[in-house]
Parts: sequence; C-alpha cells; structure tokens
Amino acid sequence: MRLQPVAAILLRHFYLLRGSPARVLPLFVWVAIDMVLWGFITRYLNVIASSGIDFVPVLLGAVLLYDFLIRVMQGVTLTFFEDVWSRNFLNIFATPLCISEYLCGLVLSSILTSAVGLVVMLVLATSVFGLAVSVYGLMFVPFLLVLFLFGIALGIFGSAVVLRLGPASEWFIWPIPGFVAPFVGVFYPLSTLPQWMRAVSYLLPPSYVFEGMRKVIDHGTLSPVMLLAGGGLAALYVVLACWFFAHIYRHALRTGLIARYSAETVS
Amino acid sequence: MNGIRGSQARSAEKVLTVVDLHKAYGQTVAVGGVSFEVDRNEIVGLLGPNGAGKTTIINMILGVLEPTAGRIGIEGVDIARHRSQVVGRTNFAAVYAPLPGNLTVSQNLRVFGLLYGVPTLSKRVQEVVEQFGLEEFRNVKCGLLSSGEQTRVGLAKAVLNHPYLLLLDEPTASLDPATAHDIRSKIREFARQGDGGVVWTSHNMYEVTEVCDRVLFLSRGKILLEGDPKTLPHEHGRQTLEELFISVAREPLTFAGA
Repeated sequence: MRLQPVAAILLRHFYLLRGSPARVLPLFVWVAIDMVLWGFITRYLNVIASSGIDFVPVLLGAVLLYDFLIRVMQGVTLTFFEDVWSRNFLNIFATPLCISEYLCGLVLSSILTSAVGLVVMLVLATSVFGLAVSVYGLMFVPFLLVLFLFGIALGIFGSAVVLRLGPASEWFIWPIPGFVAPFVGVFYPLSTLPQWMRAVSYLLPPSYVFEGMRKVIDHGTLSPVMLLAGGGLAALYVVLACWFFAHIYRHALRTGLIARYSAETVS
Repeated sequence: MNGIRGSQARSAEKVLTVVDLHKAYGQTVAVGGVSFEVDRNEIVGLLGPNGAGKTTIINMILGVLEPTAGRIGIEGVDIARHRSQVVGRTNFAAVYAPLPGNLTVSQNLRVFGLLYGVPTLSKRVQEVVEQFGLEEFRNVKCGLLSSGEQTRVGLAKAVLNHPYLLLLDEPTASLDPATAHDIRSKIREFARQGDGGVVWTSHNMYEVTEVCDRVLFLSRGKILLEGDPKTLPHEHGRQTLEELFISVAREPLTFAGA
C-alpha cells in the first residue's frame, strides 16, 4: 500500500472541510445536542427514580458510545459520498489508486472527523453533566475500539451498497444505526429482548460493549472473553465489509457502472 | 546501465497495444474484436458515430471497464495483470468527466497529483497551471469556471503525471475556435516533444485532419477503416474526411471488408 494515494483522499476531505461550515458543523453539533438532551434526561431520572441508580454513566455514557459509533460510520460514508455527489468515480478510479488505498483513506478520514465528535461529547458530558469516565475504568478504551471497528465495517458496507445501487440509495444507509440500536441494548440489558432478537444481538459487536458497560458499572469487572468476542466479531465484520466493497467494485468494473454511475444501473 | 537498458527496451515497445478487444453487455456487443497500436509521438484518432464504441474502448484502456475478451498493453505491460503500474503512466481528459466542482483548480491538481504519485508536486502543478493559462483561476473552484476553462483544467490534470499514453475523449468539444486551436497546439507539442502517444476522439473532422497522424473508423464496435486522415478520403472516393465519416456512419457494410 502506498501512502501518497491515501494522503490524496485525506487531503481532498480536508480541503472540503476547510472551505465548508456545512461540513464542519455536523461533525459536532448533533452529538452535542444529544449530550445536552440526554444529560438533562439523566438528571431528571436521577431525581425521580427511587432505585438509587446513577443514570449518568448508564444512559448518558451509552448515548456517548453509540453516537461515537454513528460518527465513525458516517465518517466513512460521508467521505465516500463526496465522490458520489461530485460524480468523481471515473476520474478517481482511472488513477493508480487501489481499493485498499481508497478504503484506507476513508478510514483515516473517519478517524479524524469522529475524533472531533468524541472530544466534544466527552467535554460536554464530563464538564456539564458530571459523567466520570473513570467509572468504566480501562475498559473505556476497548469499548471505543470495538465500536470504532464496527462503525468502520458499517461505513464500508454502506458505501458498497451505494456503489452498487446508485446515488439515491444513500437513504438506505442513514437509518442503519437506528435499525441496529434496538438489538444491541444501548439503553437496556439484552435480557429485556425476546429470544429471537437476543439471537441477533449476539452477532452484533456493540451488544458486548453495552452489556459489558453495565457489568462494569454494576460489578466493577468484566469478563475478557466477552470483550474479545465483541472485538473479534467487529474485526471479522471489517474484513467482510472490505471484501464486499471489493466484490461490488469488481462487479462495477465488469458492468461499466463506474463509467456510467449516474445512470444508477446498467441493465 | 539498468536505466539505459530499461529506456532502450521501453522505446522499442509500442505505447499502446490493443489485441482482439471485445466488450459485450449480455447479448449486446459494444466492441467486437478491435486491434490497434499507438506508436511513440503518434496521435491516433478514433472516429465513429455515436454509440460506435469509442468511449467503451477508452474506458477499457483506462482500466475502469473490464473487457469481455482481448488484451491491452501499455508500454508492453498488460493492464489486466499490472493495473496500478500501467495506469500510473496513463491519463485522460473527457468532457463528461469534469474535476470536482467543489475544489479549486490548485486543490484538484494537488489531489490528483498525489493519486498519480507525481514527484515534486508543487513544481509540477505550477508548470501545468502556466502551460494551460490557468494562473488567474488557481484559487477558483472548478464549478465556477466556464466549460472551456474546465476543459483546460481537465487537460492540465491529464498531463500532470507526464503520461506515456494520453486519452482524450472529445477534448475540444466545448471550446471556442481560438482556444481549441491553442489546445490542439499543446497536445501536438505533448506528442512531439515527449515519448508518449495520444488517442483522440472527436466529431470535428477538420480538427482530426489537422491533429491526427492516423485515424481508425469505428462502427458498431469494429474498426472499418484505418489510415492517414489526409489521404484516406481520396483512397475511398470521397473529397473530405467528413464525407467519408458520413458514408461510414450511414453505410458501414460497404466498408466492412475495406
């Protein structure tokens, strides 16, 4: 893998961000709104609940982690969509750029943009609503890592779907985090779910993060097997998503879709 | 020594070798067994009516469309096996592939320079900006440029990596006659001074006669005629290249065995 083409994808996105408040503001505005909204909700629940549970780490922390996953996924898809919106596929794929370099550029771009959202969320949640990250202990880092990997996998998968189905299909991609959320137990233990939903949950890495988060808060410890299962699954999905993107790209080369992308279909 | 041997070996190779190229979409044959070569310092015109297969051939040479059968070699290297290596010394400009309008001229050239792995990029960007008279537009977003100015930016991108093979799909389609004349001069200069070759498509027969060393007439995905654009019309009983084009487009079967 060569560094220059990867740097080109990053530089392109940096240029776009630098000249466009419409691209910069969404990096942190929506997650900041989420922190404020859920911050007040948790404060209110702490007042009215008689259970003595501190809802800040349970709910606000969970929202922070899930918003991070969403930002990572959107970091990948939005960088990809820039090529869709500017009809740039013919130009960009006629260069020596390899698919691995292109995907690496998307991922690095996502790391930078999602880091902005994460910092803003952490600052707001800790300084305004008293979220103590220390509650999660050292587990906070692997939690973020598992969610990061799964966000990357979802982003690459979503990009492949749009490459295959055309520009209009980006509306399939935006709701993916909302579709996943009920299964992964962001706000409730997986035992709340019916059996068939729980079976799906075990296939989704964020389930292990949110179950683990609640265990750490309740008992102060977490089985490493659980974390490894989540991390292993997330890594597997990254590999599968890359394979899927490469497969769709090869299909686009065979059918001529790269050169005629605006037509959405070559049939 | 290796460099000298490499250079000698390279100069013996054709810039482009296309052998029995086919592309079919289901039952529809877009390109049906096309073979041709492009020599060093040669400008070859691909002519034919709309839908003849010109852009399909260019897309296959660019590596963005996979042939159903056949072989494409650039500088003797098979594109199917060594795509990145080969495409790195190829480039193109097409009226239907403008550079992203939300980046400035300078930003686009830097991004594509990195994608093509251009060394001493800042210097090279400065050179092509001067070469195509783009100094005043350096910091202007491409989407704000006129179509003629965008064409010049596309051509600046196309020569950025000193390509061995330059593919130009109707490069002067949106240019006024004076600018088109300048662009033709620059492309001729590119072909004569470097050691690369050019494939050029155009529907302007005057331009083709002026620029191209050789033309290939395509119809329904096959090459029907090949020759010097200045002598080819007379060889087939026509006065001008435009007359010949019309005849080939309307009666391709007449020329099928020519």
